[in-house]
Amino acid sequence: MKEVIRLEDIRRDFIVGSETVHALRGVSFTIHAGEFVTVMGSSGSGKSTLLNMLGCLDTPTSGEYYLDGVSVRTMDRNRRAVLRNRKIGFVFQNYNLLPKTTAVENVELPLMYNPVYSARQRRQKAVAALEAVGLGDRLLHKSNQMSGGQMQRVAIARALVNDPAVILADEATGNLDTRTSLEVIVLFQKLHAQGRTIIFVTHNPEIARYSSRNITLRDGHVISDVKNADIMDAAGTLASLPAEEEQS
Amino acid sequence: MNLTNLFKIALKALGNNRFRCFLTMLGIIIGVAAVITMLAVGQGSKRSIQAQISEMGSNMIMIHPGGERRGGVRLSSEDMESLKTEDLEDIRSQTVFVTYVSPVVNSSGQAVYGANNTPTTIYGVNRDYLEIRRYRVENGDLFSDRDIQTAAKVCLVGKSVADELFPDGQNPIGKVIRFGTIPMRVIGVLESKGYNSMGMDQDDLIIAPYTTVQKRILAITHLQEIVCSALAEEYTDRAIDEITDVIRVNHRLKDTDEDDFSIRSQQELSSMMTSTTDMMTVLLAAVAGISLLVGGIGIMNIMYVSVTERTREIGLRMSIGAKGRDIMAQFLIESILISVTGGIIGVVLGVGAALLVNILASYPVYVQSWSVLLSFAVCTVTGVFFGWYPARKAARLDPIDAIRYE
Repeated sequence: MKEVIRLEDIRRDFIVGSETVHALRGVSFTIHAGEFVTVMGSSGSGKSTLLNMLGCLDTPTSGEYYLDGVSVRTMDRNRRAVLRNRKIGFVFQNYNLLPKTTAVENVELPLMYNPVYSARQRRQKAVAALEAVGLGDRLLHKSNQMSGGQMQRVAIARALVNDPAVILADEATGNLDTRTSLEVIVLFQKLHAQGRTIIFVTHNPEIARYSSRNITLRDGHVISDVKNADIMDAAGTLASLPAEEEQS
Repeated sequence: MNLTNLFKIALKALGNNRFRCFLTMLGIIIGVAAVITMLAVGQGSKRSIQAQISEMGSNMIMIHPGGERRGGVRLSSEDMESLKTEDLEDIRSQTVFVTYVSPVVNSSGQAVYGANNTPTTIYGVNRDYLEIRRYRVENGDLFSDRDIQTAAKVCLVGKSVADELFPDGQNPIGKVIRFGTIPMRVIGVLESKGYNSMGMDQDDLIIAPYTTVQKRILAITHLQEIVCSALAEEYTDRAIDEITDVIRVNHRLKDTDEDDFSIRSQQELSSMMTSTTDMMTVLLAAVAGISLLVGGIGIMNIMYVSVTERTREIGLRMSIGAKGRDIMAQFLIESILISVTGGIIGVVLGVGAALLVNILASYPVYVQSWSVLLSFAVCTVTGVFFGWYPARKAARLDPIDAIRYE
């Protein structure tokens, strides 16, 4: 399989006052296309820093990071912005949808920063992405008229719309109840089945059972990196949950 | 990101905060409207003064005798007899920039017709006088050169005099009135000019050949004043130089001698009068400009709030690929939209207010196109200037911090 991400001895130091904090102390791993990786760790383990690094929001102090074969370490802000626009889809814990804006407009947003798309192409791709996450009937709902699960699905559609090399999810189920969390994970598994590469950063070990590979961090080191031989089917778990009233 | 998209985003962001956006705009609207109205009022009064002065003849030059000392005593110009008919003739024949020349001798007295009488002034002049002072004959004719040679007892009366002497609407032409003891036949009535800017009635006069006034009324041979008109207002200074040379030669003054005459031009008066209104205009515009500045600070304030409020949005936009300059452009366009829209409304309101002042207070106003363009340009610059700093702040945000901002 093609390499999507390669980290080589990534270190990241922060200078806080007179002290140097080592957030990442030499992290190396490779992620191939089509993997669904969960990155776990308690708070302070360096997983947020790693996520920022993987998302090209931050650059390592030392070490090399190749995203889709391109070295990111020496890129300036603008080139990283372009890279994010073309190669990465972000899903955040608190959705980060634009307020008072329709689902389809939210999803179009990444394409607005890519001049090759015309207004019509943007609309077509956004509609397709929303249909892929099962919101084809809510295109014109505004973000404040939707439930948390729906908002997160809009955010996932937004992450898909630019056909990214990798989808980065940051505690994407953190604000959702068990049922809706599972629904979101069902969606991620569906995307995984379609061959998408997904990195899911979480502190919730439950989620690791649904992914194909688990990386665990502690104190800036990778302490375990295992393939999951027995991937649980989230749809099955969802079906086994006691029946519940449909949430409004 | 292209401009169309940026405009759409900015419009949407402003639309989400309509009332706040309107209040911010209000500062600019009031500022621009104030600038335009104030300048219109200032320019209006300046123009009306200029118009009144040019009614009197803006290129008029007045030559008075005077400035001479005899044995250390400075004599009043009334007593001087230095201006002669020859000076008049020489100014006429030896100058280039002087078009009309007229002598002036005047006398105050009572004009009488039948049972009616009125105090007035008789001006002894030649035919050029009407051109210089911009009088027109409404009815009848001007006296001829022959009337001047023969010191004919004919005259033209101003509207006020005509109204006093002929109150029942009789036609004054052909009637014989008396000025003091001298009977004179009215051959014409002057068109009314109304009051001048100093509040003097310009229709309260009688005009007669200067020879008539010299010989029959005053019994003098010199001239009390010579009035001329320059080719155009801008040639006034050169005309004055020419006249000075001619009269100095005529009066045989040595290079070291002072002039024994004085020359004043309407231009001086005009610039004196308009400098006052210019000053007023500057003051009014300064006050109005300050209110525009305050409006600009309002924009800056609200843009700051907006940037802080939308930190998460900025973080999101950056994380999905917006560059610093995209964010900067987005906020700059917002502030420019506020200021330019405010500017347009302000221009409309300002022009409207100026017209209202004109209609309600019948005060002269004049909206100059440059004042509209200027305040509009200032607005746009205000938008850029006061939007710049907040927009730059937004553009420099770190996406990592911004996206998690609470």
